[in-house]
Amino acid sequence: MNTVMVSDNIVTPLRSAQRAVVEFRNVDKRFFVNGAWNTAVERVDLTVSQGQVVTLVGPSGCGKSTLLNMAAGMFPPSSGSVLYRGEGFVGLNTRVGYMTQQDHLLPWRTVFNNIALPLEIKGLSGAARDQRVHELIHLVGLEGFERYYPAQVSGGMKKRCALARLLAYDPEMLLMDEPFGALDAQMRLSLQVELLRISRHLGKTVMFVTHDLDEAIALASRCVVFQGRPGHIAEIIDVDLPAERDLVHIRFGTRYVQLTQHLWRLMAPELTSMVAQREKQ
Amino acid sequence: MMKAQVEGVWYWRVAIIVGIVIVWHFSSGRLVNPLFISAPLEVLNSLWGLMVSGKLLFHASYTAFHSIAGFALGAFVGTVAGITLGRMERLALILDPFLMGFYSLPKIALAPLFILWFGVGTEMKVLFVAMIVFLLVFLNTYTGVRQVSREQITILRLMQASESQILRKVVLPSAITWMFAGLRLSVPYALIGAIMGEMIASNRGLGYLLTDATAQFDTAGAFAGLTAIIIMAVIFNAMVRVSERLAMPWKEMDSERELSF
Repeated sequence: MNTVMVSDNIVTPLRSAQRAVVEFRNVDKRFFVNGAWNTAVERVDLTVSQGQVVTLVGPSGCGKSTLLNMAAGMFPPSSGSVLYRGEGFVGLNTRVGYMTQQDHLLPWRTVFNNIALPLEIKGLSGAARDQRVHELIHLVGLEGFERYYPAQVSGGMKKRCALARLLAYDPEMLLMDEPFGALDAQMRLSLQVELLRISRHLGKTVMFVTHDLDEAIALASRCVVFQGRPGHIAEIIDVDLPAERDLVHIRFGTRYVQLTQHLWRLMAPELTSMVAQREKQ
Repeated sequence: MMKAQVEGVWYWRVAIIVGIVIVWHFSSGRLVNPLFISAPLEVLNSLWGLMVSGKLLFHASYTAFHSIAGFALGAFVGTVAGITLGRMERLALILDPFLMGFYSLPKIALAPLFILWFGVGTEMKVLFVAMIVFLLVFLNTYTGVRQVSREQITILRLMQASESQILRKVVLPSAITWMFAGLRLSVPYALIGAIMGEMIASNRGLGYLLTDATAQFDTAGAFAGLTAIIIMAVIFNAMVRVSERLAMPWKEMDSERELSF
């Protein structure tokens, strides 16, 4: 696996355009649970621009998934507004693709047929469809498992299958909720490389929820740090690493180390200060 | 299920049957009047006689026709109605108390009315069976359609699936599980319906054979009829199980795999 270099000189950086894809403007979201109003997120101001990979990190239950849900149009904000390409929208936003935390594969379809589903919906059939599915299966490393049902494969394989399905329908924006959580280090790295390549190559905009602080910096154009509760944005880190990056070697660079250290301090202030003190002694 | 648990199960089953037959054989005439329980050899003899004379096949074929035709009709209409109503939430809400009321009614109570409406011929038995099967399959399919995962439907909507694609690719496949639960439940009821119909008003079918034998104090003949009915029920159940396996291969895979977290 030496080809982790994410470089493609033909592609002109799309970020120069800085066109906003999703904008959250002073967004609050409250849910009525067990007879009481519960604020999931409050005062969220966030703009995700064309071609950016924006990672969202923060403790569980601080409303990261809630933001993705609102971008997908699952529900409107309680106050404030969510815009897509400068316009408000009502109902499902079919311009985004959503890879949820649960894979939501169809249990009666094999791995192959699950990935083929969005292509069938588009009206693609026969050899063209099969070829595309095989490409995607190769991409996520599921060769040999085409005929397995979701119940027969591991959690990581289900995630990869869901990722292949998401890529199969080729939406202009990807919403991903901990997509690589259950994967081993190698598979995770190769899919991260692939995601960055797709984002760069096709100008896909990505919102990416993760609990992995390394991943949050390594993939990001910008990293949004949440704190709870109620969830709000604590800081937005501009990740000024080169847009075309080598995901292995970037980890040894000083800027990367600085950024991840900063993120660690934000996420676990007590822990990191303890470690720092011990190191002084 | 674990292999160790399955092993030897069949020996035990055969042993139980043999045990019952032996107790039956020795108590008949010694402890209990044979008029009430006949005797194993008598029943075998009677069954053989019915088989040789062709009477068994004649009556069994009528019962099979009544229950299978009624089953097919009821299952078809029940499935279609279940899917339709499952998709029309408002209508379902309006009809709910009526359906539940009808469902709670002992269906046997409707047999006299069915005779009045459809006579004492084949139609009456087939329709009577169909009515019973319809209710079971309908309610199960209806519940199944309403329990389809909303998340999965939403995922497909995000893929820009049309309503008919959602119906074909999510709603129907996930309702199949429930539909088959209804079908499996219906098998004994289909037989009950057919045999009740034959007992009440007929001169053919296993139900008629049963009433005819008891009317003549032919206890062996009655037990022979019961045996035939049990065999038929076992065959029907096996048929439903096989078609279930063919229609839902993923279920099979699920039950075959080792239990794990």
